[in-house]
Amino acid sequence: MKEDYLRLTNLVKIFGEGEGEVRAVDNVELEVREGELVTLLGPSGCGKTTTLRMIAGFEFPSSGEILIDDEKINEVPPNRRPTTMVFQNYALFPHMTVGQNISYGLRIKGGNAASIKSRTEEIMRLVGLQKMGDRSPAQLSGGQQQRVSLARSLVMEPKVLLLDEPLSNLDAKLRVATRLEIRRLQQRVGITSVYVTHDQEEAMVLSDRIVIMRGGKIQQVGTPHEIYAHPANRFVADFIGRVNFVESRIAKHSGSEVEVELFGQGYRVSSIHGDLKEGDRTLVVVRPETVELTAKQAGRPTGTVTEVVYLGNEMTYRVRVGEDTLTIRIADPLLNPWFAEGDEVSLIFKEKSLHVLPYEPPEAD
Amino acid sequence: MAFSSRKRHEIAANLRVIWREPLLFVTIIGIFYFLLTFVAFPIFQVIKTSVTVDGRLNFSNYASLFRATYYFEPFLNSMVLGVVTATVGTIVGFVFAYGITRTPLPFKRFFRLTVTFPIISPPFVVALAAILLFGRAGSLTPILQAFIGKYSIYGLGGLVLVETIAYAPTAFLVLVGILSAIDPALEDAAMDLGAKRLQVFKSVTLPLATPGIASAWLLVFIQSIADFGNPMVISGDYRVLSVQAFLQITGMYDLPRGATLAVLLLIPTLVAFFLQKYWVSRKSYVTVTGKPTSATIRNLEWYIKGPVYALCSAFTLLVFLFYGTVIYGSFQRLWGVDATLTLQNYTQMFEVGKDYIIDSLTLSTVATPITGLLGMFIAYLIIRKKFIGRGLMEFTSMLTFAVPGTVVGIGYILAFNQRSALFPVVLTGTAWIIIILLIFRNMPVGIQSGTAALQQIDPSIEEASTDLGANSGTTFRTITLPMIAPAFFSGLVYSFVKAMTAISAIIFVVSGRWNLITVAILGFVDNSQYAPAAAMSILLIFIVLVALGLIQMVVNRIGRGTRTTTIVR
Repeated sequence: MKEDYLRLTNLVKIFGEGEGEVRAVDNVELEVREGELVTLLGPSGCGKTTTLRMIAGFEFPSSGEILIDDEKINEVPPNRRPTTMVFQNYALFPHMTVGQNISYGLRIKGGNAASIKSRTEEIMRLVGLQKMGDRSPAQLSGGQQQRVSLARSLVMEPKVLLLDEPLSNLDAKLRVATRLEIRRLQQRVGITSVYVTHDQEEAMVLSDRIVIMRGGKIQQVGTPHEIYAHPANRFVADFIGRVNFVESRIAKHSGSEVEVELFGQGYRVSSIHGDLKEGDRTLVVVRPETVELTAKQAGRPTGTVTEVVYLGNEMTYRVRVGEDTLTIRIADPLLNPWFAEGDEVSLIFKEKSLHVLPYEPPEAD
Repeated sequence: MAFSSRKRHEIAANLRVIWREPLLFVTIIGIFYFLLTFVAFPIFQVIKTSVTVDGRLNFSNYASLFRATYYFEPFLNSMVLGVVTATVGTIVGFVFAYGITRTPLPFKRFFRLTVTFPIISPPFVVALAAILLFGRAGSLTPILQAFIGKYSIYGLGGLVLVETIAYAPTAFLVLVGILSAIDPALEDAAMDLGAKRLQVFKSVTLPLATPGIASAWLLVFIQSIADFGNPMVISGDYRVLSVQAFLQITGMYDLPRGATLAVLLLIPTLVAFFLQKYWVSRKSYVTVTGKPTSATIRNLEWYIKGPVYALCSAFTLLVFLFYGTVIYGSFQRLWGVDATLTLQNYTQMFEVGKDYIIDSLTLSTVATPITGLLGMFIAYLIIRKKFIGRGLMEFTSMLTFAVPGTVVGIGYILAFNQRSALFPVVLTGTAWIIIILLIFRNMPVGIQSGTAALQQIDPSIEEASTDLGANSGTTFRTITLPMIAPAFFSGLVYSFVKAMTAISAIIFVVSGRWNLITVAILGFVDNSQYAPAAAMSILLIFIVLVALGLIQMVVNRIGRGTRTTTIVR
């Protein structure tokens, strides 16, 4: 297994000129392991699609390098690259049948008709499109069209498979089913893949590693767990899952642990930010589902319930503690006490699930 | 202006990429060569000839512009004609467009068909009809004389009448697009806020339509001053640039003077064209999507409906009267003298004109598919490919559209009656010069319809093809072309109709060996043989209609296959 099967070095893409210049992709550095599925995740305009299109060859980098299997492919046209792409809107050829769509690349490449036919049928079986070969794409459901698009790319056995928000045109239920299907397929074929999405849940489900991007820059690269539990900055913490930020200061710093005060109580919290010093302003990241609520107890941080939302599988409370208002999710409402608006409650924080970040002011938007 | 180092880097990268697709590279170079040779070079030759006296650079032709009657009189006349026709034509077009989009006018399809019919007929057929109706032996001349006294149809009045019928359809098509793109909700809102109907029109409808009106006016202006067929038939003593340039060259063999007149014609046309394309169209508030907004037409006051209906009906009647007269005239023994119905005009027309008909059909049939394919391919390059000079390619290929036929025709004889560095073979007198002229003159419309079609197709479909290993040529052949087939075929129809009805440029390059129907009709008219001229015009219109029908059938058949493009968003 190669560690840097796909390698992006100092990748930059600039659109426009002068005043209107936009750095769509800004110094992106990334290595993708052979067989790995890496997701580029971020809000729209973060540069994820541009990065993908540069790997595919539809855009050329303004500077930097793209290497696949040690071969520099910066200026190789898309048709000669060892990559294939699954497009957001599938981009099926409307005037060809499903079979013709899937075998298109093989036919362009040439080769004997029998082997093209057998490979096409094999891939159609793999994605569950048996006997659909003669249909026109327009006769298929959205999910089937999506599978045609996937099959059309897979049949080429590319070194790197690129997927550009392939599920965004499916309805919610189908999206959930299909993303697991894609994950299984990708692991079965063992194909190196780069997957672009703006849906964090999709990224969590699918990825070996997630790359979080914003404004053309990489914010953090890591496994889903690393990203969720140890976000690198306010943006990442906010983008993945729901979060409360509580401002504080570092009380003590020792190795990989820091001590912070949270509503009058001290907590020892692990930190990936080694440069935090005593006295630094900091943000404590409190995930809503990590807090427990009890009836008011002495010696614990106490607050007032300001809002209660019942969602069936969970209760969502808003609790005002001092000047902060925290969102707290309690799973399994039946097994936990219910509180009402105006109730005084105590909050139980767990050291393991807290995380600290260098202070950043909230986004002005 | 120096390029930034990044720009240089990107240009270099683009060049290297194009270099990896040698076929694409060669094709682009080839297209540039053709555009240079068959579009730019002839125009350059016209300008060069106008400033060359006795083989030396000399601006005396232009210096005498304001002294020599033979220059400024036709110039002024053409301008007056253009302004009047454009104004009248735009008004007619606007009223029609308003009637179709904003009133409950009955028989809308019928009105629409009638008003656009002149577009597919050879332009000078209208002039021919005017002579049959209002000429010296015209059937309505006595009646008209009883009202307005003695008059002559030959001159400015007749020309305006004829060109209005011929070119108001252009204004109509532009304005119907604009008006149906203006959301009626805006007008409803104005009325809701207390504006009366007329105030709504003045404060909302008209301002929103103004860029469209300007656009229509400029287009009719261009068509009017560039028109050759109608003035040739009916201008009489009213000298206009296009006809004068033709007469100087074919009658007097005075190339510099003819070329100068051509340049005088070229300048206002180009000015109007670029005003229209780059200024007016940018001012537009509405984007014409071809998707009509649902109009809420309520009961209109009589003082709006009345005049609109009257004008639409009157104009429609006029179109019927004119074309009906040509049909009727084609069966009369001798117009104005002997009204016995006969088929002799048709037999005479066939005897004299058989070769013309065959030539017209042959040359148009050869030129049409080449025009269509080239147009689509250039549209593909312009819309989908990045290469240096893309803007130049678009500009040059649109140029033939803006340049008056007379200028192009003169340019072709100047450019190709001798060998040149660009083209080492003399073309004058061959079929090729006609074919090439037809191709490059009719190509812009193909490019435009191709461009419009391509803009509606998601580029990712072509990207998918490239991504799967197809190069540009294969992608164009297997993906793009099948998908834009309907646009391709309607481009074909247009090219064919234009090729069959062309006159202004073509008249300079026809020869004894290769001649065309339109030229033959003009010849009949010149000899006052109006009845055979009418017969031949009818035949020409018939051929065009058959071609339209045939290609429509093909489009419908293909259309059924590509209707499945609902997944193309």
